[in-house]
Amino acid sequence: MKTGAITASFQLDYGSFKLEADLSLPGSGISVLFGDSGSGKTTLLRCMAGLERPQHGFFGINGNVWQDSDKNVFVPTHQRSLGYVFQEANLFPHLTVAENLQFGLKRIATQPSNGTILNAVVELLGISHLLDRMPERLSGGERQRVAIARALVLNPAILLMDEPLASLDLKRKQEVMPYLLKLQQEFNIPIVYVTHSRQEVMQLADYLVILENGHVQADGVLRDMLGRLDLPLAQDKDAASVWQGTITGHDNEFQLSNVEFNGVSLSLPNIDAGYGTRLRVQIHARDVSLTLEAPSQTSILNVLPATITGLADDQSGHTIVRLTCGQETLLAHITRKSSQLLGLRADLPVFVQIKGTSLLH
Amino acid sequence: MLNAGDLAALWLTFKIASLSTILMLLLGTPLAWWLARTQSRWKGICNALVAMPLVLPPTVLGFYLLIMMGPKGPIGQLTELLGIGTLPFTFGGLVMASVIYSLPFVVQPLQASFSGIGRQPLEAAATLRASPLDTFFSVVLPLAKPGFLTATILGFAHTVGEFGVVLMVGGNIPEKTRVVSVQIYNHVEALEYSQAHWLAGGLLVFSFTVLLILYSVLKTQPSSQPFK
Repeated sequence: MKTGAITASFQLDYGSFKLEADLSLPGSGISVLFGDSGSGKTTLLRCMAGLERPQHGFFGINGNVWQDSDKNVFVPTHQRSLGYVFQEANLFPHLTVAENLQFGLKRIATQPSNGTILNAVVELLGISHLLDRMPERLSGGERQRVAIARALVLNPAILLMDEPLASLDLKRKQEVMPYLLKLQQEFNIPIVYVTHSRQEVMQLADYLVILENGHVQADGVLRDMLGRLDLPLAQDKDAASVWQGTITGHDNEFQLSNVEFNGVSLSLPNIDAGYGTRLRVQIHARDVSLTLEAPSQTSILNVLPATITGLADDQSGHTIVRLTCGQETLLAHITRKSSQLLGLRADLPVFVQIKGTSLLH
Repeated sequence: MLNAGDLAALWLTFKIASLSTILMLLLGTPLAWWLARTQSRWKGICNALVAMPLVLPPTVLGFYLLIMMGPKGPIGQLTELLGIGTLPFTFGGLVMASVIYSLPFVVQPLQASFSGIGRQPLEAAATLRASPLDTFFSVVLPLAKPGFLTATILGFAHTVGEFGVVLMVGGNIPEKTRVVSVQIYNHVEALEYSQAHWLAGGLLVFSFTVLLILYSVLKTQPSSQPFK
């Protein structure tokens, strides 16, 4: 069994569905459980919460053991220091927003900081104007923000989120997403986040677990996982790399911002944020092209030296190339013909031209 | 107008119905909760037993209760052992018979109400540190309020209206077992139609009023709406 800040090892058999997972997750940041419906990601999350009780299981967080079936230990859900956000907000319909927020607080040992946390959470999620409302009078996005706040005010040891955006339309998703990002920055609570959306993986994940048919297909830090050529993420036509960097300058004349990543910097269309702002950028593999020599005259701003670290052919005449650029990993999708004409192979130094990037946050 | 015998019958009916309703709620709530949540193979049998009074002729039910409560029946032997004596033709016997007779009218609305709540609010409460018992009182009871209202009113009203079981188990003893429905029967037997009219009409108005109040309250109950 793996060990780490969060250790989760479950074997569950419901006849038609089996779950077998042995995971060690980091004690901070967002760990995303990613997979199609039926992959077992929600069941795995429910096992962590104690909402399912697998025949064999171990769950430990920062030295606290919540389940150890070998020693017949099973801490019931209501005695675990966790926050849980359901896919449907699942607010109590007979209680106001304020009473929903107080529900858990009233049941934990009173600490002088309770009121402070409540205020901070209400502020963070922007729900102070909703406190007197009944849940049925909230929009889907508001309801989900209240649900997140309700879990967060308990200042839990871990926050478990089951597709909190899945039931919302695109506009509501964009309304809630910034709060999720702020939450991670302002509260140092490890989050386990279930989703089937690649976009949410790109935006939120620090650590990624890919589930398939009740098994862990692969897990690791996001950068490594996106660069794994054997995984569907890299083979997908929307494959992309995610870089995290800091704004180091603005060029007002050309409306550009300079962003420093791990050993490499990019010029990006003007970003409305100050120096030192941390941000996350997505570079689609289809927006990256390769040349053997430094292009002398090109309209593309971001041309960088890089080294090929791996290649794989897909089924549709394309080659996926993985490169190291500074200390960052980059994917490029090119045609197999180009790959052969250029004689691409591992360890070959090349130049990458990045045609476009998108700012995730 | 109503004579002294009518008023005694009304008062007795009210006492029996109130006491029975309280007992049915105490007994029916855990039973309905169990029936709504269990996967047990006993669930089908239990459901069928609870629903029996809905389809059985009251005289059949009354007949078997009479035998079971009698000195040779299992209930009768138990009550005699406890020093209570036998139950037939007593107030206690009538209450017990009423509870069994009207139980489905309490259990079924409660069971439907509990099932309708679903597991989601229970799980939400568990993740917010509420123990199962705490959850029952702080989440299930408020959400099942319309069910409790229906159960209370139907249980009470149905007990008021029973006749066959009363006649079999309780007989026709003034101020002890002579309830309104029996009193009406007595009036009709004696051809006192105007006396019968007062009581029968009263019951008619009572039943209609109770149901009217029930349905208008249920219509305006916010928590009877689907869970959000």
